[in-house]
Amino acid sequence: MKINDVIVQTITKIVSFIILTFAVYIFFAGHHNPGGGFIGGLMTAGALVLLYLAFDLETMRKIIPVDYKIITALGLLMALGTGIGAILLGYPFLSHTFDYKDLFILGETELATALLFDIGVYLTVIGVTMTILLTIGEDDY
Amino acid sequence: MSILHLVVLAPFIFAIFVPFLHKYLRHIHTGWFVFIVPVLLFSYLVQFIQPVMNGQHIHKVLPWMPSIGVSFNVYVDGLGLLFSLLITGIGALVVLYSIYYLSKEKEALNSFYVYLLMFMGAMLGVVLSDNLIVLYVFWELTSLASFLLIAYWYHREKSRYGAQKSMLITVSGGFAMLAGFVSLYLITDTFSIREIIAQAPDITGHALFLPAMLLILAGAFTKSAQFPFHIWLPDAMEAPTPVSAYLHSATMVKAGIYLVARMTPIFSGQAEWFWIISLFGIVTLFWGSFSAVKQTDLKSILAFSTVSQLGMIMCLLGLGSAAVHFGYEEGSFYSVAVVAAVFHLINHATFKGSLFMVVGIVDHETGTRDIRKLGGLMTLMPITFTLAVIGAFSMAGLPPFNGFLSKEMFFTGVLNASTLDIFNMETWTYLFPVLAWIASVFTFIYSMVLVFRTFTGQFQPEKLETKPHEAPLGMLIPPVILASLVLIIGFFPNLLSKSIIEPATASILPTLLGPENSYFKVDIYFWHGFNAELFMTMGVIGVGTLMFIGLHRWSGVYDLFPKRLALNHFYDQGLVQLERLSEKVTRIHMTGFIRDYLVYIFAFFILLLLGSLYTFNAFTYDFEHTADIGIFEVILSLVMVAGALGVVFARKRITAIISIGVVGYVLALFFVVFRAPDLALTQLVVETVSVALFLLCFYHLPVLKVEKNTVPFKLTNLIISVGVGLTVTLIALSANATRLFEPISEYFIEASYKEAGGKNMVNVILVDFRGFDTLLEILVLGIAALGVYTLVKLRLARRDEA
Repeated sequence: MKINDVIVQTITKIVSFIILTFAVYIFFAGHHNPGGGFIGGLMTAGALVLLYLAFDLETMRKIIPVDYKIITALGLLMALGTGIGAILLGYPFLSHTFDYKDLFILGETELATALLFDIGVYLTVIGVTMTILLTIGEDDY
Repeated sequence: MSILHLVVLAPFIFAIFVPFLHKYLRHIHTGWFVFIVPVLLFSYLVQFIQPVMNGQHIHKVLPWMPSIGVSFNVYVDGLGLLFSLLITGIGALVVLYSIYYLSKEKEALNSFYVYLLMFMGAMLGVVLSDNLIVLYVFWELTSLASFLLIAYWYHREKSRYGAQKSMLITVSGGFAMLAGFVSLYLITDTFSIREIIAQAPDITGHALFLPAMLLILAGAFTKSAQFPFHIWLPDAMEAPTPVSAYLHSATMVKAGIYLVARMTPIFSGQAEWFWIISLFGIVTLFWGSFSAVKQTDLKSILAFSTVSQLGMIMCLLGLGSAAVHFGYEEGSFYSVAVVAAVFHLINHATFKGSLFMVVGIVDHETGTRDIRKLGGLMTLMPITFTLAVIGAFSMAGLPPFNGFLSKEMFFTGVLNASTLDIFNMETWTYLFPVLAWIASVFTFIYSMVLVFRTFTGQFQPEKLETKPHEAPLGMLIPPVILASLVLIIGFFPNLLSKSIIEPATASILPTLLGPENSYFKVDIYFWHGFNAELFMTMGVIGVGTLMFIGLHRWSGVYDLFPKRLALNHFYDQGLVQLERLSEKVTRIHMTGFIRDYLVYIFAFFILLLLGSLYTFNAFTYDFEHTADIGIFEVILSLVMVAGALGVVFARKRITAIISIGVVGYVLALFFVVFRAPDLALTQLVVETVSVALFLLCFYHLPVLKVEKNTVPFKLTNLIISVGVGLTVTLIALSANATRLFEPISEYFIEASYKEAGGKNMVNVILVDFRGFDTLLEILVLGIAALGVYTLVKLRLARRDEA
């Protein structure tokens, strides 16, 4: 008999988006408030894990057709790229800068290159966590 | 770089071409090409006799490692010239002999001549270097070349055994010698032998002086096969006979003699030097000649005879060092010993070289070296027989050969020694002449055994593998030359005395030369009247003849000596026991259990850290600056301690995992209490993930061997864990009490918004101030993910294969 997990799935559909939103918030809040790439990444991964738990691996692979190892590599490249970018502009490796710009909707917003670095961290953490968990999960031991 | 440097390096350079000559000119025996080298070197070196005779010393400089005082300086004086002439001269004869001895078709001639040339160059380097380190380098090269040559027939087990034995013994001596050289450098601040000799009178009181002397002597004694290090030489006889003739009679074994002679100006005058060298020499002389008589293999006889003769030269050098005490006078007693040593060195090289070649011929033509199988070869091999008689009679010290002269001088030396009144000599007055005389009797016996057991008596063709006949001419020429030298030196000893012996003696005893006499007056007479020495020789001949005739009656005396006490037994057993012991020690501490290694690591950790806390008296505590303890901290600490105890005492693993989770979450709460929100967030999530992973592991434990016991109690583990905890606590307290500098966090607080535009200081530090660390940390994470991925996937792949 198949277990009826309709409640779990329904709740997950809502909750995972709340978690994802919170994760993104915490990621962007990182520069001024507690949070940042690491915890944001972990929390995003948490939302994804919840989805994977509620639905099965096969379904999720169809919905999110992403290889998380590539996400890891992308994150590492991004973090490295910000450092190399600084070199290309004639500064020491990993020099960061920031400025305030008046953006279209957001008004005066701070744009910092450190954020780019943090995106690298964010992606790496998601990739790493998901790679580990999915690898172990797929392993039908 | 001068031509003299090239003299030393020429054999090495030529050795490079030997394999090509061997490969592309196969129809000519490779030895013919090699033969040119020692001949050229010899004829070049001969022209130095004239200037050296006139007291000139040639010194050529070539910096090698100038910053540490090592330069390849070639220095030619009487001693160096004597040795280099021996090396090149006998080298040429040996190469000529080996051309006829080694078959062109069957043997790997390319490696043979490469090793031989390498040895020749190394030996020239030893005797011509002025720099101790360069001397050491060449010294080890001779050991290496000798090792390769002994194991030339490497498919034979005995060759490999002999090579290993000689390597182990000579190289350990070489290391000791290096230590001695370094000590000399520490004393004198120079590696140059000439400069050390110049400083010699001032350094005798130095604390390192005696250790340096003993260490250098260890090197010399192992190389020159002195008792009890002589055991490698008989086993080295597994080498091809030309090698035995060259290395193990004429040159390499004399490297130790050379070293002692070279160091005499530095160390002579010390009682230790005198006693050690003289005693070791005389004991070696006696033991070598005593052991030679019982051998049945011709080369073994010659090996022990070499040991014995080297002992004699060594003893003479020791006695001669007493001359430094008395000063040189015309016909002085004591320098006679040094002259005798030099003279016998030459004589020994001539007759021992020819004897080895004779034995090689016998071996080559009959197929055996066992004297029990040989006999009656006199009529079949008349020339070889004549050569054997000349060599052996000279070795036995019979007139009119050169051995007689040096033996007489040796007796003079030991008789003088008994009249010495220095170094508490009088109590041991008769030790030297008595031992010397007994040893000469045995020398006489084995020399006679060598000749008469091989060439006279019953001819036993049925025991021989091949039909014996006289050797080819080319094989006879080298021993004929050496034997004629034996005769020429025997009849006209003064041919050599001015040109070779006097300069060599002068370089051994330089301090005795006054300004007016720039060389020693050496005059060697055949006949010096009816004196004690002559009667001693007559006694030797008489008693020796009687004992040789009655050899079978008393040869049982050798069986009395227990095999268990033989030195070879000690060596073999020592090696076996050493291996066994090291295996045992390894097995004791290398158990293969990680828990044991952790015990070592932690025990070392405790000892080192607590030890240094104790020795430097570094433990302090200071609660003045500590903050007040709040109620939350107390409660959280208690919960954490409870969780930790739960981990240790849990009966089931699942309890332990949950307890670990408790500890982790309490830690997160601590972060909250201590106002670290980022850490608290991260800690919460990471703890959750790791507990989940633990549960995963737990779930997959094999069902068969499920153990749900408590942790077994072990006292060592308790002590070590308490020790580690105590160590860390004490260090933390001490570190907290001694704040030497203001923390740099003030800067971060100020700069994080102004410079980096962020208000979250932790994050700014992570991504901006110290972004490099973060970059590498996420790299670590990436590697971990890939690691997990590959571990899991690869395991699957392997399972599919199986």
